[in-house]
Amino acid sequence: MKWIFTYLKPLLLRITVGITVKIVGTVAELIIPFLLSYILENVIDTNDINRILLFGALMAVFAIIACLGNIIANRMAAKTTMIFSTRMRKDLFSKTLYLSARSTDRFTIPSLESRITSDTYNVQNFIGMMQRMGIRAPILLLGGTIITLAMDKKLALVMIATLPLIFIVVYGISRMGVPLYSTVQQSVDGMVRVVREDAQGIRVIKALSKVDYENDRYEQANLALKRNETKAGIIMGVVNPIMTLLMNMGIVAVIGVSAYFVSTNQSSVTTVIAFMQYFTLISMAMMSLSRMFVMYTKCAASAKRISQVMGQVSELEEIADDGKGDKSLHISFEDVTFSYLGKSNNLKNISFSLKKGETLGIIGTTGSGKSTILRLLMRFYDVDSGVIRINGKDVRSYNREELTAMFGVVFQNDFLYADSIEENIRFGRDISSEDIVSAAKTAQAHNFITSFSEGYTHSVSTGGTNLSGGQRQRLLISRAIAGRPQILILDDSSSALDYKTDANLRQALSQALPQSTVITVAQRVSSVKNCDLILVIEDGRIIGCGKHKELMEKCSQYKEISDSQMGGAFLD
Amino acid sequence: MTDKNIKPERKKTTKDIFIRLSKYVLKQWPLFIVALILTLVSNQLSLLGPRYSGAAIDAIEAKGGVDFDSVWRNIAFMIGCYVISALLSYVLSVVMLHLSQRIIYRMRKQVFEKLTTLPVSYFDTHATGDIISHLSYDIDTINSTLSHDLIQVMTSIYTVVGSLAFMWQISKPMILIFALTVPVSIFFTRYRSKIVRPLFSARAKKYGELNGFAEEMLTGSRTISAYGMQKVISSRFNKINNEAMDAFYKAEYNSALLFPTINLINNISLTLVAIIGGILYMYSQNGTVLATSVFFITLGGVAQFVQYSRKFAGPINEFSNILHEIQSAFSAAERVFAILDEEPEKEDSPDAKELKNVSGDVCLSNVTFGYTEDKTILKNVSVNAKKGQTVAIVGPTGAGKTTIINLLMRFYDYQSGEILIDGIPSVNLKRTDLRLAFNMVLQDTWLFCGTIYDNIVYGRKDSTPEEVYAAAKSAKIASYIESLPDGYNTVLSDDGVNISKGQKQLITIARAFLSKAPILILDEATSNVDSRTEIQIQNAMTELMKNKTCFIIAHRLSTIQNADTILVVKGGSIIEQGNHQQLINQGGFYCSLYQSQFM
Repeated sequence: MKWIFTYLKPLLLRITVGITVKIVGTVAELIIPFLLSYILENVIDTNDINRILLFGALMAVFAIIACLGNIIANRMAAKTTMIFSTRMRKDLFSKTLYLSARSTDRFTIPSLESRITSDTYNVQNFIGMMQRMGIRAPILLLGGTIITLAMDKKLALVMIATLPLIFIVVYGISRMGVPLYSTVQQSVDGMVRVVREDAQGIRVIKALSKVDYENDRYEQANLALKRNETKAGIIMGVVNPIMTLLMNMGIVAVIGVSAYFVSTNQSSVTTVIAFMQYFTLISMAMMSLSRMFVMYTKCAASAKRISQVMGQVSELEEIADDGKGDKSLHISFEDVTFSYLGKSNNLKNISFSLKKGETLGIIGTTGSGKSTILRLLMRFYDVDSGVIRINGKDVRSYNREELTAMFGVVFQNDFLYADSIEENIRFGRDISSEDIVSAAKTAQAHNFITSFSEGYTHSVSTGGTNLSGGQRQRLLISRAIAGRPQILILDDSSSALDYKTDANLRQALSQALPQSTVITVAQRVSSVKNCDLILVIEDGRIIGCGKHKELMEKCSQYKEISDSQMGGAFLD
Repeated sequence: MTDKNIKPERKKTTKDIFIRLSKYVLKQWPLFIVALILTLVSNQLSLLGPRYSGAAIDAIEAKGGVDFDSVWRNIAFMIGCYVISALLSYVLSVVMLHLSQRIIYRMRKQVFEKLTTLPVSYFDTHATGDIISHLSYDIDTINSTLSHDLIQVMTSIYTVVGSLAFMWQISKPMILIFALTVPVSIFFTRYRSKIVRPLFSARAKKYGELNGFAEEMLTGSRTISAYGMQKVISSRFNKINNEAMDAFYKAEYNSALLFPTINLINNISLTLVAIIGGILYMYSQNGTVLATSVFFITLGGVAQFVQYSRKFAGPINEFSNILHEIQSAFSAAERVFAILDEEPEKEDSPDAKELKNVSGDVCLSNVTFGYTEDKTILKNVSVNAKKGQTVAIVGPTGAGKTTIINLLMRFYDYQSGEILIDGIPSVNLKRTDLRLAFNMVLQDTWLFCGTIYDNIVYGRKDSTPEEVYAAAKSAKIASYIESLPDGYNTVLSDDGVNISKGQKQLITIARAFLSKAPILILDEATSNVDSRTEIQIQNAMTELMKNKTCFIIAHRLSTIQNADTILVVKGGSIIEQGNHQQLINQGGFYCSLYQSQFM
């Protein structure tokens, strides 16, 4: 919860003014019933119309002050909440994007998503409600207590004695409540996960007629959510009755004690009667506090989930370069070993180097670690041992911006989003329309783009579902090369292209980006056979390395792959 | 998003939404009635408490010193009342919790079940995050109103009616004050609601967009960080976030006017009651108003009237205070009902035929289709695939190959022409039967969060574990699975790191091996699998294709070459059709493609 205050701090002046206005309004509102009873007790009896009208007018004035005060204060509160919530969500989203790949894997995307949405709404609601309703109750409580103390200290203390009990109960339930609401939010994650998966896999589900199965799967998530919400509600529901009960027991005690005081002439009955009225006020305040308290518990659980993300420290610290690198090499892997989960090694003793402008091809069986090499080069993960260098410097010594600026990359299942084709290629960078067209031409995408009636402004749907696989890949390649990167990475990104287009693409690439070092991961030998260096990977090891010709001679696995594909390859 | 769902439909009025929501509440009528009774009883009890405390005070005040016996007795009654009332109010809150949870659970279930009946095009045109937002944020909003405000509104009605009855007894003329101010309140509330409701609807919509954007971008978080585009994407998020918060502010700003104003009107009423009551009392005192007149009032009468007026006004105040919550719940409900009212996939016609023992003859004749009316993707496509034959579809990307599959599976319905399965037009078949006749492996692998075993057995639920293991073995993924610490029980979480795209594809192939459907669709089924593995699974694939009608989209010649029919699709039409040899002899497009691989 503490981080919330760092967001409220810059708004302190606004909040103070807002609360002051709110207090003025609330006090004006509370004076009205006093005026009313004053009129009844002291004014009406005087039979003086002018006095009645005068006090009536006074009431009206206070009513107007109360009205204006509340309107202004609530509007200011809305503004404060808006500013607070905008900043909080902005920072959270940005932080989420900067999370390391490991952290993202750990949180999982559905959970991050519900933290950015559902959890921030919970916190936002609480902040808003506190400002709107959190003023009146404390004023009533404080005012009531002070007046009763002024009236009769002993009796007031009897009542105040119940407060520690109430505090203990509330504190105890809160300790139980926060974990319960955390569980509720986790169930929300679970539900989001199923809905998200099914929205993405709707074709498969319908094709296999698995609607019932998915309904069952959702049912589990839905039931869990219902169960956990009910559980939290049952515990939190105790707060209000117990608070009211304790307050009422306070009244009972006051009456009992006052009977004794009156009998010994230490107190009068009139005091007791007045006392009771203030007591009702105080217990009403307690009721509204108890509702806020439930909101608080919910908010605290969400705040904790948000702070888990906010407080995530970057695991990828920058370290100093050891200066041992060879500056003439563009990229070098020196005896790199890596494991995702720290159990078995996913990569073992990988070493190779490339000069600027050279091309590297990586080929190997499914799951052999090809993509892992790329992820390490781009520093999504850090190596367990060994060093990866770019321009002779350890990749861990670059800052993020420097490092990413060097790359243009297409992942295996890369993402397109709902926007125009042009924007999908530009991807937020400062790239001119001419450069976009020329990148699309190089990527063999220009022709199909211009075949759309809207051309480059043709809109792509979420995930690019309105494009074919080959079209998607060519857009992604256009995106990668539009930034004229030093290092271009193509991770199995032309698998949906026919051989002719693929060949044209390779040729266009070498002409358009002669200075760029290109790394291609592919299934097809034809995609890598002209590379300056080809690595054959199996089970995380390099089992062959060299040019096409050399490998054909000395690497049996490579030859096997190549033979199987020659003449066996065709168009899509 | 393409806005083809903006149909000229009747705008849902607040009344419609209210009635629909009420139906959900009334469906749980036993709980609802219990809640009502509990509310009445615990209200009654909370009134009894003060009565006993009054009696206790009277006993303290008793002539001849404090009557301790009576004090203790009344104190005992008080304790009893308060304990029972606390218990009842707890029971009430639990009942309300169950009531609201049941309603919410049912709503979530209905929305999800509705989603599964919607056509594929709905998911192609709506952001996943926005869909999720209906199930999370919107239903949540309805939930908090149901569990907190429903009971409050119920109690209000009780108090308002009760106080009004008492006020009627005391002084009929003074009720006229309320006859004047209450309609003003109602009119003002209605007037403000008309302004505020659309703002709350706009807010719920903006939240949906925000959720949609967040979901979309999180899905691409790896690419975003590879390009170092976090700042740019964040700034786009900020724009949407600002818009959403602006919508929040506008709704709050405008609704902030209501409660204080209603409160003001009520306070003015009280002032009028005090003034007019005072004047009437004065005239009653000096005899201007006769004791028999309706205008006659005593001082006690004025005091009581004031008290009941406050009781009467209290709930009206409260109601206007929670009205904005109720309004945002209504806007949320509007969105939820909008999904429930979406047009589902066209129902099977009542005379739809069941498809049993499919032999697998598939015939397309003159099929024409476009995703939108104005753009035709396929023009007059005709193909005839007999049982057991293999049809390969070849052509440049975007030529409409995948579209043919969309039509075969009836993910989309064609505009003209006919698709016949075993001689029956596919539109006349039950969708479930039709789809179960197909087995497919798609280029976009789809696995869900669950164990590897569950993901494979998804292909056919009644498969035995042995069949599952055999399928994994045929797909050459068994040894990998067995190398994992948890083997087949390994849970595949979202975008799991430890599994490559090729391995995912092999799992979906294993899934397909379990199916016994007579028609097989392979859409780039092995595009992410390395060629060595592909060769290894080739035998199993051939086995799978045996005696089945197959539609194949692939690059690799070996499968295409042996196909009974090769369709060359270009620009939405079939430009060449025949077997490999025939097409080579024709020397057309196919032939030139074929030769390009040797260049």
